[in-house]
Amino acid sequence: MNTLPVDLLLLSIATPLAVALVISLGMPLRLAKGFAAAAFAVPALVALFLWSRFACEPLHHTYAFYKVYNTGLQGIGIHLALGLNGISLPLFVLAGVVGLAAGLYAIQSNAERLKTYLVLLLVMQGGLMGVFASVDIFFFYFFHELALIPTFIMVGIWGGKDRSYAAMKMTIYLTVGAMLSLIGLIALYHQSGADSFDLITLREAILAKGLSACVSKYIFGLLMFGFGILVSLWPFHTWAPLGYGAAPSSAAMLHAGVLKKFGLYGLVQIALPLLPLGVVEWARPLAMLAVVGNLLVIGFITIAQRDLKQMIGYSSVMHMGYAFLGIATFSVAGVGGVVLMMVAHGFSVALLFLLSTSIYHRTQTFDMMEMGGLAQKAPVMAALFVTATMASIGLPGLANFWGELTIFVAAWQFSHVLTVLAVTGVVISAIYGLRSAARVFFGPQTEAFAKVAAEKPVTDLTCCEKLPALILVAALFFIGFWPRSISTPLNSAIEAIYHQPAVHAPAVAAK
Amino acid sequence: MPHLDLLKAAAESNHWMAIFPELMLGCLALLLLALEVILPKKEHGVIPAVAIVGQFGVLLGLLLNFHTGYEGQDTFGGLLHHSENGQFMRAFFLLASILVCILGTIALAKQKMPRIEFFNIVMVVSGAMMLLAQSNNFILLFVALETVTVGFYILVSYFRTNPLSLEAGLKYLITGALSSGLLLFGIVLLYGVAGNPTLPGSSADSMNFTALHTFLAANPGNFLASVGIVLVLSGVAFKIGAVPFQIWIPDVYQGAPTPVTAFLAVASKAAGFSILLILLNVFQPYVHLTTTVLSIMAAATILFGNLAALTQHNVKRLIGLSGVSHAGYLMIGAVAASVLPGALSSQAVGAIYFYLFAYLLASFAVFGVMTHLAGSDDADQELEHYADLGKTHPFLGAVLAIGLGSLAGIPPLAGFMGKLMIFVAAFKAGLHGLLLVAIIGVVISIYYYFGWIKAAFFETWRAPLLEGETDPRPGRTPVSFAAGVMLASLALATVVLGFYQGPFGAWLLSLKF
Repeated sequence: MNTLPVDLLLLSIATPLAVALVISLGMPLRLAKGFAAAAFAVPALVALFLWSRFACEPLHHTYAFYKVYNTGLQGIGIHLALGLNGISLPLFVLAGVVGLAAGLYAIQSNAERLKTYLVLLLVMQGGLMGVFASVDIFFFYFFHELALIPTFIMVGIWGGKDRSYAAMKMTIYLTVGAMLSLIGLIALYHQSGADSFDLITLREAILAKGLSACVSKYIFGLLMFGFGILVSLWPFHTWAPLGYGAAPSSAAMLHAGVLKKFGLYGLVQIALPLLPLGVVEWARPLAMLAVVGNLLVIGFITIAQRDLKQMIGYSSVMHMGYAFLGIATFSVAGVGGVVLMMVAHGFSVALLFLLSTSIYHRTQTFDMMEMGGLAQKAPVMAALFVTATMASIGLPGLANFWGELTIFVAAWQFSHVLTVLAVTGVVISAIYGLRSAARVFFGPQTEAFAKVAAEKPVTDLTCCEKLPALILVAALFFIGFWPRSISTPLNSAIEAIYHQPAVHAPAVAAK
Repeated sequence: MPHLDLLKAAAESNHWMAIFPELMLGCLALLLLALEVILPKKEHGVIPAVAIVGQFGVLLGLLLNFHTGYEGQDTFGGLLHHSENGQFMRAFFLLASILVCILGTIALAKQKMPRIEFFNIVMVVSGAMMLLAQSNNFILLFVALETVTVGFYILVSYFRTNPLSLEAGLKYLITGALSSGLLLFGIVLLYGVAGNPTLPGSSADSMNFTALHTFLAANPGNFLASVGIVLVLSGVAFKIGAVPFQIWIPDVYQGAPTPVTAFLAVASKAAGFSILLILLNVFQPYVHLTTTVLSIMAAATILFGNLAALTQHNVKRLIGLSGVSHAGYLMIGAVAASVLPGALSSQAVGAIYFYLFAYLLASFAVFGVMTHLAGSDDADQELEHYADLGKTHPFLGAVLAIGLGSLAGIPPLAGFMGKLMIFVAAFKAGLHGLLLVAIIGVVISIYYYFGWIKAAFFETWRAPLLEGETDPRPGRTPVSFAAGVMLASLALATVVLGFYQGPFGAWLLSLKF
């Protein structure tokens, strides 16, 4: 039920795509930059506006701003159904705000062939808005895949070290994950008996008919591994550090910050509510892979990194371990913590990638051993970097704290041993986070850096670089001090979806 | 007089208006030859334009008069059966023919070859394909199929000064003759066994599909009929390019002139699939046999096409082998169509037609770019010739990326929608094993399709040219207005159809098997 005169959700998806088409037809660079800035701003403003209005909107089966469009494939049950519920709303805001920051950073970056770069980023942004605004599980998948070709081309042309190999590896891995999830989604559509991909219709059909344990198990397995590959679940993670290390900053911000959350959102919104028997079966293996693989193994690998961007890439893989652990707990607290963590992680990793590229422009290297003392020349950048690092560690006052805390509390009910191991992840992220801040910004200047600084004097962040960074920091502090803004609608949505009699999870035996 | 009455009765069903588009094509083809004789040499440039505009007129007439009123009827004494499926395929072949003619004008300009005969033969072949899509009798099927095949023998070896073109024509001739022999043997077996008066349901006119269907329904499990069916399917598999009848594809696709390769890749394959769907309907009483045979072929085709394409660097061979894998995906749709009951089989049929249409748009976009990049040696088109395409010719680069993305099956392009519809139909039909092979195939295909995009867009270091050395890459033809409009429309249609299928998609999903 949409009470607004204009369908703002469709507007937020269509604007970046339409502007991308217009820019690709050819126009002067300054005009293109202006159009692109407007096209990035529109989804962000729409997201913030809808967030403010969400509390007083009428809900249609937990969804606000619900609208359905026919695109011609009603025959096989596909409709463009748009809407936001408590779970997708924070992620929609994440997509809009990180997209704005990434877009502003790209516009001021003076890259070669900037118009093509902006067109590709806009296509990616349109897709991201569509992912979280879709109620139809087919279009949810469809909008995510919009990012595949733009990412490939962006990494290949504007990327860094090993970009050609990284682009191909990323694309092939992501396609494997995407194909597995597509088959899982089609299986869900077919086995539910509802002749529709619309999530609301699917939920009602499964409540009425119920899915057998065997079917539920295999569909959840497909979705878990398919989405898991897309979210860099260990051991299917090797594309992520390589890809993010090679990607240009705005692409890395959008990919690691927002696109990765697609898989986790799919599990939280689609798989967990509809396939409870499958979750119970896979919960233990998933939690083990998450804690031992993602948190511990990748955590130690992250500590060993010298390359700043690779380190940030590995750290984002590591943080996904918390998310998978939260999902495995299959509780309201756990799932709520996962969504909070997703939003917070999105903002913090986007900020880290932004700052790492700014650092590179000043030191001409990503090798942390060849930097040092940058804080003297660039105090604002140092402050922002330390804030981002503290956020990623989970310092109270910043957004990530709430997500991680809730996940640990939920995980304690699930398994004491895994929770203790997971908490050591905080210590691990403190080690590499603080060490990277120390090496890059504090301490004496290394010789290599001194040579670079002599040729080209090091300046602090320009105001154009500061603007996107400040947007992200503001978001982190806002959620850090007022998590209720997200958690109130989130909790009511989770309770509405998860606490229905047929999908009530049987108690999982605590270890 | 009894003979006159008999002839009158037989001629009652000759509704010539029903095949007006095909007749117009034939007349247009003859008109071109006449114009070549009448007009002085320097005005011969107008003749390809006449061909293209004339075909546009025929297509427009076909589309405006889409519901001819003959739907569901048999005309010409049971030779032709008219249906909405047939109408769709006729429009499809006309569109393919127009696009081939446009590409032909570009490619022939780079060669010293007689030109008008090219357009003549293309139109005759298209007319034959249009008849093929409506065939209801083995005689018409064979005659039309042979017209198409013989026309292609000439078209493939059209660049007769290029040894690879002649070699390709010869290979196509020999393998084509073999497959025609197999097809004919199968037809004759079916005719013979269906004409056996001791068996129930036999008829004297067993070349007719309706009569044959009745016979097969009355005699499930007849050994000779099974052998006949398998042989007929083998003959059709050659046209489609399915394993084990795909071995001609790389060499023929490489040697043939680029517009002819496009015609082969799209129209010839589509003709094969339209016959396959008609024949699967006729062979429905033997659905277990056809399903087994086609499933094995589909799996082998997808794997062979994708694996063999991985190592290719000649783009024409690459497109040919990737086309083999597309034939495999379509065959999954065909199996689903014959396995699914009533209403659901419409979804599979609609999926196949949508996939073919998306394949037409994407392939002609890619072949359009290939035609502009080809040099005077048409068979020598390598991936390295595409270096810097994104930088120097961004329009051609963008069209190439959209075309290749659609062929790879990446949203939001039309090719993905086609694959999705086939996957949904296959899942509903319970073809889980084939689905697994299909997604393995899609993942493998990413490597070579994106490898091509990589060759066109990513910068690689190349040694600077020494003195006196010329750039080994052939010069790129500037894009004319007509070609530009064609490429832009194909790319735009691919993107739009990926997002919004509208009434077109809904209509396709309602077509009957």
